[in-house]
Amino acid sequence: MDNPKSSGGQTPSQTVGPYFAYGLTPEQYGYPLKSIAGGTLVEEGTEGERIRIEGRVIDGHGAPISDAMIEIWQADFQGHYAHPHDTRGSNTGFRGFGRFGTGTDPENRFLFDTVKPGTTVDGQAPHINIIVFMRGLLSHAYTRLYFDDEVEANTTDPILNAVPANRRTTLIAERHIGPSGIVYRFDIHMQGPHETVFFNV
Amino acid sequence: MTDDATVTPRDWHSHPPYVHPDYKSTALRGPSKPLIPLPAGLGEITGPVYGHDSANELDADLTKNGVRNGEPLGERIIVTGQVKDERGRPVPNTLIEIWQANAAGRYVHAVDQHDAPLDPNFFGGGRCVTDAEGVYRFTTVKPGAYPWGNHHNAWRPNHIHFSLFGPSYLTRLVTQMYFPGDPLLDLDPIFLGTPEHARGRLVADFSLEVTEPDFALGYVFNIVLRGSATTPMER
Repeated sequence: MDNPKSSGGQTPSQTVGPYFAYGLTPEQYGYPLKSIAGGTLVEEGTEGERIRIEGRVIDGHGAPISDAMIEIWQADFQGHYAHPHDTRGSNTGFRGFGRFGTGTDPENRFLFDTVKPGTTVDGQAPHINIIVFMRGLLSHAYTRLYFDDEVEANTTDPILNAVPANRRTTLIAERHIGPSGIVYRFDIHMQGPHETVFFNV
Repeated sequence: MTDDATVTPRDWHSHPPYVHPDYKSTALRGPSKPLIPLPAGLGEITGPVYGHDSANELDADLTKNGVRNGEPLGERIIVTGQVKDERGRPVPNTLIEIWQANAAGRYVHAVDQHDAPLDPNFFGGGRCVTDAEGVYRFTTVKPGAYPWGNHHNAWRPNHIHFSLFGPSYLTRLVTQMYFPGDPLLDLDPIFLGTPEHARGRLVADFSLEVTEPDFALGYVFNIVLRGSATTPMER
């Protein structure tokens, strides 16, 4: 076939590269363009338990990565996704999407101020869907964040149960009470003995 | 609405692997353990909805959205194309974000220290939303090539970064569009990290039809996303 594009296969992924910030996370990095999403998912009236998600993205040498971008997609506190395929929709006005680069925090953390999601209609334990992008990552990586205080729900979650038992802890965030409220810590290890579980989805 | 709520799998014969040794920074950043299969559930067939309110006309014209005191320098181009899913259906009303270097090969990004001039009238970021037929269109300038530190005398080919959502969390795509006939393509470990049969999908076609007389050269870059559940209705 002369024109490979006519074959209609999936357009290949390419790395986000080192210079995504002014295009994808401009407000966070101080560029003069309005962001479509940032690290704050809550508004004044958002219902649910307010939480902060914080963590770092760690490379194969154990060093924090300063040019990664994390996107999160989650249900509201009742487990509803703000999307037409969730026929119940979000009735709380909660959009559920966040995006944050690791280049502005002195410790290279990603920081999300959100609400703890509820159990979804398909019976999965409360969780946050995560996509990881960075220079040096040619195709984005999917992972999930679960909550360490949801022991019972986690035990019966079909996805967690499909993960080898010795790797499940890489998907579970630790709850702490900080000066400004509830913080869940969740580091993402790209490689190494604690390599985070990434999904083929 | 759950009919046809399936998504075609990510085609790993089309996408680059996580570790591609010629692209050095993949060595410590690409996951090394096998991926765990995850059947698509509600959280996967849904995704953020960004419709026509998320971009205006100026956002799609990079020759105007960064202007301070004049026109940006460089070769003015039009980049347009259709976004479809793997089943051949147009993907309407989906947000596309782009970013690129200026005509001299320099990014606005503070980390870019390449010794090429910034253009006070060019920002390099833009957005648009596909129309009812999945068609998008940007006006910009052709980005310059620039050196990078991967290996001795390494230069990135001219390219524009694209970010797309599509109808669900699973149709998310970040990619790069290249230009036809660029001699740097055969030397670029990022482009070459892509399986050979799929590389051509990353290269735009020059189009005289899209070219506007006395104004700008035209390029067509069509994009194919994973086949997903029926496109969400506009709300």
